[in-house]
Amino acid sequence: MELFSLTIDQAHQLLSKREVTSQELTASVFKRIESVEKKIHAYITLTQELALEQARQADDLIRQGKGNTLTGIPLAIKDIMCIKGVRTTCGSRILENFIAPYDATVIKKLQEHHVVVVGRTNLDEFAMGSSTETSHFGITRNPWNLERIPGGSSGGSAAAVSADECLGALGTDTGGSIRQPAACCGLVGLKPTYGRVSRFGLVAFASSLDQIGPMTKDVRDAALLMNAIAGYDPLDSTSLPIDVPDYTQVLGREVKGMRVGIPKEYFIEGVEAEVDASVKEAIKVLEGLGMEVKELSLPHTEYAVAVYYLIAPAEASSNLARYDGVRYGYRSKESTGLLDMYRCSRSEGFGTEVKRRIMLGTYALSAGYYDAYYKKASQVRTLIRQDFEKAFNTCDVIITPTAPTPAFKLGEKIHDPLKMYLSDIFTIPANLAGIPGVSLPCGFTRGGLPIGFQILANTFQEEMLLKVAHAYEQHTSWHRKKPEWSQ
Amino acid sequence: MKIDRKEVEHVTQLARLQFDETQPETFIHQLNTILEYFDTLQEVDTSETEPTSHAVAMNNVLREDEVRTTFDQKLLLSNAPAKENALFKVPKIIE
Repeated sequence: MELFSLTIDQAHQLLSKREVTSQELTASVFKRIESVEKKIHAYITLTQELALEQARQADDLIRQGKGNTLTGIPLAIKDIMCIKGVRTTCGSRILENFIAPYDATVIKKLQEHHVVVVGRTNLDEFAMGSSTETSHFGITRNPWNLERIPGGSSGGSAAAVSADECLGALGTDTGGSIRQPAACCGLVGLKPTYGRVSRFGLVAFASSLDQIGPMTKDVRDAALLMNAIAGYDPLDSTSLPIDVPDYTQVLGREVKGMRVGIPKEYFIEGVEAEVDASVKEAIKVLEGLGMEVKELSLPHTEYAVAVYYLIAPAEASSNLARYDGVRYGYRSKESTGLLDMYRCSRSEGFGTEVKRRIMLGTYALSAGYYDAYYKKASQVRTLIRQDFEKAFNTCDVIITPTAPTPAFKLGEKIHDPLKMYLSDIFTIPANLAGIPGVSLPCGFTRGGLPIGFQILANTFQEEMLLKVAHAYEQHTSWHRKKPEWSQ
Repeated sequence: MKIDRKEVEHVTQLARLQFDETQPETFIHQLNTILEYFDTLQEVDTSETEPTSHAVAMNNVLREDEVRTTFDQKLLLSNAPAKENALFKVPKIIE
């Protein structure tokens, strides 16, 4: 077995027994990148020099007996979290040459564990998309099928983990951007509760929805990364001062007697038959483990996409006002005065999808339309949140498909924005309600594409998610499959 | 609700963008398809519903108002497209 194909936990075992060094592990990952990255394009920037230096330091610490579970582990970071001294582009021309002047809190936390940063992964521009096709730096391909999307917006992170170009990665999830690519690439992807992980240093898209989370080869790895990144941060006023448990403690515990809710609104026409069948099979596996399964209703689900595509662009139009060509970022050379400089810099610096969302958000917030659009969406958001509150009175976790289809073809939806938006239909409600969700692999289509299912739990119940996810994983082997071309 | 070219141009101004799409009709058509989809929300009765702006409720978060060092001035200027001495340089403001 090649070192690059290890999970985080497996690599940690070898590192702590001194059977391998972080430098060997890191070299193996870069060798892998050299052989597959041309086909996949998971990364915008590789930080090889930094990585090798971090690996050397990690090895020193491990030799002194000062390492912990993540020390010396090569990870990839979505190119939207700031790493001091490293280019942070958000997949946009407007930040093409932006060198972050500080570290995001999650990066600081990972560095306290002395991880190795392999590089910055590709994404839809400013995380706005479901396919990683809107990046200024080109598309990323799905390692399971090079003609398919890796999902989005954290498609680079998903492809990098799936193609063994790193051992694990961080993504961000505003409307499904961790869970949907995890499903497309056969991985575990966890979106924590809103407020569980600090957003300081995460370039803002929609501030009331954004969360950072792990994308990994199995559930234990997701728990290990959560242990490192979760927690209160005085620099993020929306992070909550709630104690962080050791998320690995619940792994292996019994799930017998836990109640699973199956919302009928997620098993509808439009869900591909193979996806529907695989998810129902997963539910049977959990039922076999002694979980009680019951149908329930989340009646406002059908409105979630409309609510999201009003609220997220409204927040984005405000957040992205900061790109004015003055303090950082791209400045047009064509302009004649200040106002013209703003307009030219923004029009030349942003791509079509970002401009579309700024337009939608600006319109929804503009005089005369605020009540009909933004306020209405915020009210329906309350109803969606209440649906979940009621549901969690009668069940512990909810199970749904992660996405209605497996990874679609590159180019299939890029010219039809609404169709693209609808691919997030099952992941968006969790962001609107602030609850955590995890996607994990539960099968493959006849054509060999991974299928994922989603487990949702009430706020700050990540342990519940991980416990059920781990129990499922122990009784299935989907997560151990690797794309064939890569073997 | 439908948006026409004139209104699109107005919103473009508000958003500090330029209406420079190579295919304006396609862009407007796409916007309208999305806006029409939003109209489905009008069928939901929200007369008794408070809006949610943040999913997880929290009160005001305050801290002591004290002097702290944040960032080095040079560092923060290092990404500026144009600067002079310790200042960001912009085109003429009064035209």
